[in-house]
Amino acid sequence: MPAILETISLTRRFGTLTAVDALTVSVNAGEVFGLLGPNGAGKTTAIKMLTTLLPPTSGQALVAGFDITRQAASVRRMIGYVPQALSVDGSLTGYENLLIFAKLYDIPRGEREGRVRDALAFMGLSDAADKLVRLYSGGMIRRLEIAQSTLHRPPVLFLDEPTIGLDPLARKAVWEHVERLRDDYGTTIVLTTHYMEEADSLCSSVAIMHLGKVVAIGTPAELKASIGGGDKTLDDVFVHYAGDSLESGGSYRETSSERRMAKRLG
Amino acid sequence: MKPQAKGAWPSGLDRRSSLTLLNAVVGFITKTLVIAELEVRKLRHDFSEVVVRAIQPALWLLLFGEVFTKVRAISAGDVPYLDFMAPGILAQSVLFVAIFYGIAIIWERDMGIVHKFLASPTPRGALVLGKALSAGIRSLSQAVIIYLLALILGVKLNWTAGGLIGVVVTVVLGAALFSSLSLIIASLVKTRERFMGMGQVITMPLFFASNAIYPISLMPGWLQVISHINPLTYEVDALRMLMLSHGTSSFGLGVDFAVLLLATVTAVIIGARVYPRVAT
Repeated sequence: MPAILETISLTRRFGTLTAVDALTVSVNAGEVFGLLGPNGAGKTTAIKMLTTLLPPTSGQALVAGFDITRQAASVRRMIGYVPQALSVDGSLTGYENLLIFAKLYDIPRGEREGRVRDALAFMGLSDAADKLVRLYSGGMIRRLEIAQSTLHRPPVLFLDEPTIGLDPLARKAVWEHVERLRDDYGTTIVLTTHYMEEADSLCSSVAIMHLGKVVAIGTPAELKASIGGGDKTLDDVFVHYAGDSLESGGSYRETSSERRMAKRLG
Repeated sequence: MKPQAKGAWPSGLDRRSSLTLLNAVVGFITKTLVIAELEVRKLRHDFSEVVVRAIQPALWLLLFGEVFTKVRAISAGDVPYLDFMAPGILAQSVLFVAIFYGIAIIWERDMGIVHKFLASPTPRGALVLGKALSAGIRSLSQAVIIYLLALILGVKLNWTAGGLIGVVVTVVLGAALFSSLSLIIASLVKTRERFMGMGQVITMPLFFASNAIYPISLMPGWLQVISHINPLTYEVDALRMLMLSHGTSSFGLGVDFAVLLLATVTAVIIGARVYPRVAT
């Protein structure tokens, strides 16, 4: 299978801090790839570079065949991106949120209406289409965000903490939709998550990041085998590779915004 | 691509590149309008903002205007002070709202909305200009309320179509200029606290070092110089000409619009360069 996303020594420094340190990974088309790691491991910074929001300090990355620095505009046409924070507008209806993005992604006028209705139906939001998004539940908002960023059928979809702050039921619904995107459209999905059981069931391969570096990479089964196999879970793998990180998690501002987010979505 | 000597472009390539340029321009304008449409749709769902906006200019005209007309502290030439002041208050209230537009940018940054727009293929300039345009559309409600009050207070207004269209264009241009300036500041300071501080610091000099509520000729020399480089002065000058029935302009409408247009284009270009920093 051809690689649809490839990074070579991708590095980002903020002053003296190296947030992402020589990241080298390769993701095959149609895969669900998980970036795992404690807060502050560099997952979000890596995603921001791959989605052209943040220029790398050094290194290279190709997304769908385009270079993220020299061909940023082409990369943007090939990707969908759901940021960790809330990214739909509460003062518009679900339908309007999608319509605006259908226009921004140059979906032809004749197809727009149908494409938006299809996306809403696919995510189970048809009934709520004309309600203001501020009245949506957390799980509905997440599904709307995914619908919005897949309207143009991107080959690669980035999901940054797609299930943070959701209750188990809403989480399950989001997972099912992500899996269907992969099955029905062959979308390659790159996601970050804190939830190990989520990574275990969704991802065909995972990379564990710690202090900016990839400390382990492989299929969930390979990683479990690497620490002795048996009844080991991905949680044990995580603790094994990123265990000494109790003090590293997130700044005050990050924590405050994450809690606020969780409250808003919950 | 092989380097080409100057003026030696083959005509086929020339036509193709001008076609792509045309496509790019059409794309840019379309995307700008989509961003403006987004903001107008938001406004349609929540009309309260428009109502709240009308309060401040009403207070200025009623309290400040009425009192200063009575005390005759400021000589405004041949026109009654209230007539002199009405266009100034229109420009001022548009400025006061537009200059805090950046708060919305920071709010969108704290959520993930900015990130999603920046990860889309929308040209940065279109994002900035679309937002500027929407700030202009929003400010029109302030023009309506000031016309209403001015009418009640007996200000002699210019009701010709040309005058009204001119006022609309001036107000939209002024709001676009100052909201883009606000977007630039928000993109650089990134947090609410610092932004509020900056907003306060630049609002006062913009307002008081202009001809909005007193003629420039009353100012000391150094302040007159500052007033002449303040774009608000030209906005007020154009409004005085267009809004009042015997309106006059100190610089001429040509100069006024040239200054406003140049300042707006500059602000949008700088804005397009710094706006992506919001996402980092």
